[in-house]
Amino acid sequence: MAEKGSVAWSSVGKKVITGLTGLALMGFIIAHLIGNLTLFIGPHEFVAYGEFLESILFGKFVIAFEVVMFFIFLFHIVAAVTVAWTDKRKARTEGYRYAKNAGGKSRKTLSSRSMIVTGILIAIFVVGHIYLFKISPSKENLYATVADAFTGLSFTIFTVVVMIMLGLHLRHGFWSAFQSLGWANDKYLPVLTRVALVFALLMAVGFLVIPVFMHFTGDPSFTMPGGH
Amino acid sequence: MSDKGMTIHLKIWRQARGAASGKFVDYTVKNVLAEMSFLEMLDILNEELVQKGEEAVEFDNDCREGICGTCGMVISGVAHGPYAASTTCEIRMRQFKDGDTLTVEPFRAKPFPIIKDLVVDRSAFDRIQQEGGFVTMNVGSAPDGNAFPISKEHADKAMDAAACIGCGACVAACPNASAALFVSAKISQLSWLPQGEPERGRRSLAMVAQMDDEGFGDCSNHGECEAVCPKEISIENIARMRREFVKGALKG
Repeated sequence: MAEKGSVAWSSVGKKVITGLTGLALMGFIIAHLIGNLTLFIGPHEFVAYGEFLESILFGKFVIAFEVVMFFIFLFHIVAAVTVAWTDKRKARTEGYRYAKNAGGKSRKTLSSRSMIVTGILIAIFVVGHIYLFKISPSKENLYATVADAFTGLSFTIFTVVVMIMLGLHLRHGFWSAFQSLGWANDKYLPVLTRVALVFALLMAVGFLVIPVFMHFTGDPSFTMPGGH
Repeated sequence: MSDKGMTIHLKIWRQARGAASGKFVDYTVKNVLAEMSFLEMLDILNEELVQKGEEAVEFDNDCREGICGTCGMVISGVAHGPYAASTTCEIRMRQFKDGDTLTVEPFRAKPFPIIKDLVVDRSAFDRIQQEGGFVTMNVGSAPDGNAFPISKEHADKAMDAAACIGCGACVAACPNASAALFVSAKISQLSWLPQGEPERGRRSLAMVAQMDDEGFGDCSNHGECEAVCPKEISIENIARMRREFVKGALKG
């Protein structure tokens, strides 16, 4: 029973990494969505929320959080790309001439098959998102920056499309994370897949109403009283 | 017999021994009876081919009653054909219609090299088994009933996993060509029983390492494997394998 290769980077190890980081990322987007919803309360509250985050531990919290998130994203992406792309291609060098879904108990869906595509799209979006709202904001406060970004129809539509992709990614990703961590059995799998659908819908709708709302109601000339 | 029999058109993958690839060859089999098994239909085709002096289509088969795991091909895009919980030999021609065109391909995966036509080499599974799919204790003869404290639920779970016949359909159907369902069934069956306890930690690590060395892909939780499995092995075993693997890795 000799041990060969690295345990953490084995086929099962990579799934555990993808699942753990996936759960962490899902926790993050829940918090992110709740934070974003302050936009619906009002511009002041949204800006104040942003400033509150920046002020925790004199700004050290955000920096530490960003470093941790960077590595979570990195491990999630690298592990998943080897699973769904490189290892996959190596394991079947000559494909089927004619292949069909088996149906029945299969959980193979558009969502499960497109994980790599939706994942890469989301990753590209996240980079642009950070650049736009964090590294190079166009206005003096975050609300005006967000409103400015969504004045254009094409960017608004693009964001909505990416959020639908996020929903597709979570439809498979949510229950798959539990399965990958071994936290599933015949009793919980049907429950997890149903919760996955609800979670994916909540996240996708939650995140896509923001660009739509900001496109129609956003005011790029908003300034905080007191000169923020 | 309700009618004179069906005409079935076949597109069968023919690949010469040692060849890098092959191609589909069209055949037509007439007077196919509904009661015939899929393999009997292929037998008739082969009889005709031999009489014409052509080379018979090679395919694996042994028990022809769904218990040995020897047969296996992809019929019309689905491993073991379009009927759940059956091996290829259990497929009956009544499941097809007169005039149907069926494609027949071998199980495709890098670790399952094609030997000839529809015959693939699945000895990778044997090598995975040899890494840990056994118990080292001397279990002696069959113990008295209830001598071991095993609950009915655990015994049932072990039996469900042990139903795996190692046919390889899970690998064939997996979009990633992963052997996760097979390996997980072999790990799982022993993890439910006290007899499997001594090697429990090492077993999952060793079998997963061998699975990776053989070149199987990684599991993406598509669940196609469970859908084609002739023994209906559940993907809950894959979750259990991961749990066993993490426990084994943490114990060192």
